[in-house]
Amino acid sequence: MAETIKQQNEVPFLLRPCVYLGDQVLYILSDLGWMGFFFFSSFAGMFRHPFRFREFVKQLRFIGAGSIAVIFFTALSSGMVLGLQGYYSLHKFGAEGMLGSAVSLTLIMELGPVLTALMVTGRAGSAMCAEIGIMRISEQIDALECMAVDPFRYLISPKLLAALISVPLLTAFFDVVGIFGGYLAGVQLMGVNSGSFFSGMQQSVTNHDIRLGVIKSFAFALLLVWICTGRGYFVQQIRGAGFGAESVSKVTTQAVVLSSISVLIFDYLLTAVLL
Amino acid sequence: MPASSSAPDVAIEFDQVFKSFGERSRKHLVLNNISFTIPRGLTTVIAGGSGQGKSVTLKLILGLLYPDSGQVLVDGVNVPSLNKRDLRRLRTRFGVLFQGSALFDSLTVFENVALPLRERTKMSEDEIYRKVLATLDQLELIGHEEKFPAQLSGGMKKRVGLARALQLEPEIILFDEPTTGLDPVMTREIYQLFDSMQKRLGYTAVIVSHDIPGVFDLADQIILLNKGEVDIFNDVNEIVHSEKPYIREFAEMTMGDLFTHPEKENCHS
Repeated sequence: MAETIKQQNEVPFLLRPCVYLGDQVLYILSDLGWMGFFFFSSFAGMFRHPFRFREFVKQLRFIGAGSIAVIFFTALSSGMVLGLQGYYSLHKFGAEGMLGSAVSLTLIMELGPVLTALMVTGRAGSAMCAEIGIMRISEQIDALECMAVDPFRYLISPKLLAALISVPLLTAFFDVVGIFGGYLAGVQLMGVNSGSFFSGMQQSVTNHDIRLGVIKSFAFALLLVWICTGRGYFVQQIRGAGFGAESVSKVTTQAVVLSSISVLIFDYLLTAVLL
Repeated sequence: MPASSSAPDVAIEFDQVFKSFGERSRKHLVLNNISFTIPRGLTTVIAGGSGQGKSVTLKLILGLLYPDSGQVLVDGVNVPSLNKRDLRRLRTRFGVLFQGSALFDSLTVFENVALPLRERTKMSEDEIYRKVLATLDQLELIGHEEKFPAQLSGGMKKRVGLARALQLEPEIILFDEPTTGLDPVMTREIYQLFDSMQKRLGYTAVIVSHDIPGVFDLADQIILLNKGEVDIFNDVNEIVHSEKPYIREFAEMTMGDLFTHPEKENCHS
């Protein structure tokens, strides 16, 4: 055995980049494999008995109700900015009447789902990652496994279900507040006709546009809980994360960055496929 | 207790186990062809210095780690070959007391102890309440049920950990460094508690510890891990009188007085 290990050390100098590259590829593939296993186990956990109803309500309150204030201010400010910017752009062509449709379509199809997912990632995703990471390094997850309790069903599934319910609702809330922000800036401040603002919106927004926003919000909910809790769960397997408290802080940062980038990439992919 | 197919008095057996860690160039061999047996209904202490593979041994028994080669048998069943469901079933027969107690810090003492009953049994809340309070009473934890782990002392955390490990009435309890971070008086109290609970309930206890020679008072068998090798002793005297140079060196380093004046051994029991 010792000899085999010694042999592995003696890779010729010129071949070392190949060994390094192969090693990195194997690491990424194995990481993706573990994350895939994690996702399916957590998803399946939502349908397995016993369902942790109290934990689910707690998470619903944390992810959903707890994010209302931050979503309200983000939506109001982005709606108002859209209203102002839209007014100045459309005013050049004398098309202020299109403001309602421009604001509502941008919010419902793009900004609503994306900004909601980014805000929930920053507020709840980071907390979920740190919580699961600390449970991992303090052996609490090992303790669950030793008690023959499925950690995916016990810890992750209630969070996943809570996000699947609250993120689409928060997105809808974002859309409504954002449109109200656009109305405030466009109609109340800049003097666009209120009737043309709402009739433009009514004429241009179709069920298909709303469906696209809803599908995106479901996909982002899955994505952000999967990445944030998954990074925390595998905190000890992540290369370069270090140990103890430092590893949890590094992995939390990594999870938020990874989750935000994935939301933006998936936003493009979903738009390209479903539009 | 279920009868083993091969040897009814053996609860756990390691057969030619190898285990290494690290990747490629940084590979480190922790267990090198280890074989030993752990008898049923008695207390076995696995001792050794830091990084000698004591906690790895426990994780191999629980199926939290897999050996590179060799067999880890619990009642004649090879743990690494079990599928997820069978492994989960096997784990219900274990109780584990972790090094840092591993209590769930967002749950109260009562909820921590009740967790295995709520998750693994169909007992009603009334039955769970009675059973948990009875265990807390045995371990002198009444009055602390509503506290959170962060509000408890080190010794109390260990007792809550033991209370939780005892809930499903396991056949085997594994203790990972149970006295780390405790003062000598508290350590002695915890050992007395372990001893009395083991004698009362008759479970197989496996204690991993570097608290030498204190922990030997509890032991019916001592397994010494040293640089990937294993030596088995029936009591501390055998260690003290061993002829092997590295055992003598280990005893001299870890036992000090007891090694140079073996007659003092009685003071520890």
